[in-house]
Amino acid sequence: MKILVAVKRVVDYNVKVRVKSDASGVDIANVKMSMNPFDEIAIEEAVRLRERGVATEVIAVSCGVQQCQETLRTAMAIGADRGILVLSDAELQPLAVAKLLKALVDKEQPGLIILGKQAIDDDCNQTGQMLAALADLPQATFASKVEVAGDKVKVTREVDGGLETLELSTPAVITTDLRLNEPRYVTLPNIMKAKQRRLDTFKPEDLGVDVASKLKTLKVTQPPERSAGIRVPDVATLVTKLKTEAKVI
Amino acid sequence: MTVLVIAEHDNASIKSATLNTVTAAVACGGDVHVLVAGHNAAEAAKAAALIAGVAKVLHADEAGLAHGLAENVAAQVLAIASSYSHILFPATASGKNVAPRVAAKLEVSQISDITKVNSSDTFERPIYAGNAIATVQSADSVKVLTVRGTGFDAAAATGGSAAVETLSAVAASGKSSFLGAEIAKNERPELTAAKIIVSGGRALGSAEKFTEIMTPLADKLGAAIGASRAAVDARYAPNDLQIGQTGKIVAPQLYIAAGISGAIQHLAGMKDSKVIVAINKDPEAPIFSVADYGLEADLFVAVPELTATIAS
Repeated sequence: MKILVAVKRVVDYNVKVRVKSDASGVDIANVKMSMNPFDEIAIEEAVRLRERGVATEVIAVSCGVQQCQETLRTAMAIGADRGILVLSDAELQPLAVAKLLKALVDKEQPGLIILGKQAIDDDCNQTGQMLAALADLPQATFASKVEVAGDKVKVTREVDGGLETLELSTPAVITTDLRLNEPRYVTLPNIMKAKQRRLDTFKPEDLGVDVASKLKTLKVTQPPERSAGIRVPDVATLVTKLKTEAKVI
Repeated sequence: MTVLVIAEHDNASIKSATLNTVTAAVACGGDVHVLVAGHNAAEAAKAAALIAGVAKVLHADEAGLAHGLAENVAAQVLAIASSYSHILFPATASGKNVAPRVAAKLEVSQISDITKVNSSDTFERPIYAGNAIATVQSADSVKVLTVRGTGFDAAAATGGSAAVETLSAVAASGKSSFLGAEIAKNERPELTAAKIIVSGGRALGSAEKFTEIMTPLADKLGAAIGASRAAVDARYAPNDLQIGQTGKIVAPQLYIAAGISGAIQHLAGMKDSKVIVAINKDPEAPIFSVADYGLEADLFVAVPELTATIAS
């Protein structure tokens, strides 16, 4: 069974982004970029399934600009066997990415497709579910445990009240939550090895996908700043303030 | 123009996130219909009909809809989607699970986590963990939205008298099935609807200490309990308590953070709270930069003292 994993290049999670003064977006020039943390978990899970003999090949896919190659090399350093870059300079919305992935699913016929539950830049939480819908596949989002048995996969999901377990027939789409695994550290020898692995590049038109969107970002602004209040010396003062000043208890 | 809200429910009652979503739906303009897709969910449908501002409730009942499987719920929504200009889901685990399937099948973009309706086609939503607010305009024929509860007041749960119409339920996809759930039962308010939240971080040190220190304070205040990602990752607290960018987004009247340093991902989930109290022994902890009241103290001393002081 092949596993297809989608990885996105995003602003590193440690960076606090700044809104541009003309409100056209956030300033990401000269900002550190990394693989979306949830996608790292997705790659790790796929690689573990291959190491356990459940999967035969792990293919990492990234959609976006040329530099997404670096993200794919990181995925291969974690253990993906090969990479596919869908090269586009357009601002890709989740629906467009889902269509591109659907075209690759048709081509590669993976048994599982694993994605991060959300990207930490646009915070959309859409692509996996959209791919599942377009490809008419069952889905298990927010996974904290994945067990493959024959042509079924049992997935434990993080839901609002706790956990639930679903069984899906494969092929299926899974999106990862934080507790699924802890991705391994990438070692230098593996980074070197990753450079040798195959990386194919397609354009959206090669896959017959129109990536245009009817969504327009009118402006991006700074949220209202919350300023620090006061320090209280002790618990008694805190309780008094909460009762008489804030009136919340 | 008619707007459809997909109800969040447990077959017996309507979850509070539905009420905030109804308010957002009213702001989109037009009549508001609510879909209750479930199994033996007549009580939930009745409750939905009482929500102020709702013109009609559509009730689909079928075993395959019992546990909110995304494939089946999305198919149920799609069966009636053509009548609506907007389709709104609460931005809860289940809303987020189903909405993109509906949008993709309709070939439209989804707008996630809206916090404001500017007009029937323009919405505001936070991006980058709430460090920026995007105003987006959709030219799609139907707007599929998920609604962040903290952005909208709850509609009144009673006062309405909508008619309940029964829909024929769609057949289950057969590709997924529900095996079971571990849902924590407790008497506390839901995190996303709580007036007061007491939240613990990694400094608690163990699951036992987390319970021992945080529970009495929560009991005293009638508060919900939350946790930072670090505390959840360390298994001091269950996953459904995680507050932050990728967990639950909350905005209570009072948020008490104990032993939470305040990573931007955590702040993203709670910085719209009305009053924030931070208890931390590190004077440099970033949580102090958003706290109305900061107490630099050892939480193992300060939190029990707080519990005792409130009691007296």
